[in-house]
Formats: sequence, structure tokens, C-alpha cells
Amino acid sequence: MVRVLDDVVIRTVSRILVPFMQIYSLYVFVHGHGSPGGGFQGGCIMAASFILLAVAFDLREAKKRIKERTNAIFCALGVFIYAGTGYLSFLYSGNFLDYGKLSNLLPTDPVKARYYGMAMIELGVQITVMAVMFSIFLDLVTAGKHEEMLEEEE
Amino acid sequence: MNKIAALVVTLMVGGFLFYSTASFPKWGDPNQPASIHVSPRYIEKTLAETKVPNAVTSVLADYRGYDTMFETSVIFTAGIAVMMLLRRSR
Repeated sequence: MVRVLDDVVIRTVSRILVPFMQIYSLYVFVHGHGSPGGGFQGGCIMAASFILLAVAFDLREAKKRIKERTNAIFCALGVFIYAGTGYLSFLYSGNFLDYGKLSNLLPTDPVKARYYGMAMIELGVQITVMAVMFSIFLDLVTAGKHEEMLEEEE
Repeated sequence: MNKIAALVVTLMVGGFLFYSTASFPKWGDPNQPASIHVSPRYIEKTLAETKVPNAVTSVLADYRGYDTMFETSVIFTAGIAVMMLLRRSR
């Protein structure tokens, strides 16, 4: 049998830590334009904050924050945002993922529109990576049952 | 017998790969093909064309945006595959 982890230090520290991890994840995502970072890294940190909740408390606590159905929708939503940004430039007779044509939509010049186009696709990457990492973690750690963590072999 | 044959083949392939590294361009050579084809254009034009100060981001998301889209799709596919293989909903 596995001992139920009920340590007030771990619970308190992780409860305090989770909001800072999520803010840091958004920081890494937003500053991906000027410094190392971006959607992949930010999404991983965001998923790590949910995984920390699941490890320090239990799965129910983590799934209260982000439901399985919402998570599965997020998986597809990120790819949809990415590809949808690519298709948006078709409306203005551009090539696929030609962000310069987004200047017809956004109140900016074509060069700055490329900047915002990149921010949009990084948002898609962030959402997909976050949802997929958390979904893979849940499936692996509970053998697909989503009830409780796998127990240690004795 | 099989193992000895496998070892010989492995050693031969490894030796061939090591031998072929001799014809690589020198480390940090500014005239190697990777440095003279598209890299200078990306480094010089990134700020003017995309207003992004980080050349890595502009190559990842703009010049090679198609590649990154399918990287994201691969991650999505991996998540769906794990879900299909493992998820039991009673």
C-alpha cells in the first residue's frame, strides 16, 4: 500500500507556488519575442503547475482546476488557433501563414502585423503543449482510469 | 555467430561514420555551407522584416512557421494517441 501523503508543509508550499509558476509561464510566453522562451517552454511550465497540484494534493484537486473535457478541448484548440491564423491570410489573398496580410485586420502596418501573428501562433502552441502535457501525465500516472495515482508495488 | 556478425557490421558502420567526419567543414568556419546560405539573411533582415528582436523566434514562428505548425500537430497527435491507448472510462 502507498501511504497517503498528507504533509502540511508540502501542501502549503505548493499552494503558494502554483500561482507564481503560472505567472512565470505567461512571462516566458510573452517574452519569447525578445528573450529565450516561447510557447513550448511556457506551456510546459503551465502544465508543471497543474502536475504539482496533482502530486502534492490528489487528482481530484487538480481536475477541479481543469476538467478533463476542458483539457481535451484545449488540446485541439491550440492547433486550431495556429492553423486558423494561417488560414486568415487567405482572406486577403496571401500565402498560408503570411502574417503580413493580417495588417488588414489589425490596426498596424504589415511589418508589425508579423509580430502579432507570431504572438498568436505562440499562444496556440502554448495552449496545446499545456493541455497535452497534463493529459499525458494523467493517463500515464493513473493507467488511464483517472481515479487515483498508481500504487507502489510492495 | 549472429552476434559477431552484428558487431562487425556495427563497427564497420561506426568506422565509416567517423571516417566521413574528416570531410566536414571546420568547427566555426564562417565559409561553411550552413553559414553562407540563408543564415546571414535571417540575421540581417529579422528586425527589419518582422520587428522581432530575437532571431530564434522569427525563424521558428515566421520563416519556418509551417514546420512549427506540424511540430504542434505532432504534440497534439501524441496526446490523442496516449489518450486512445490508455484511457479507460469504465
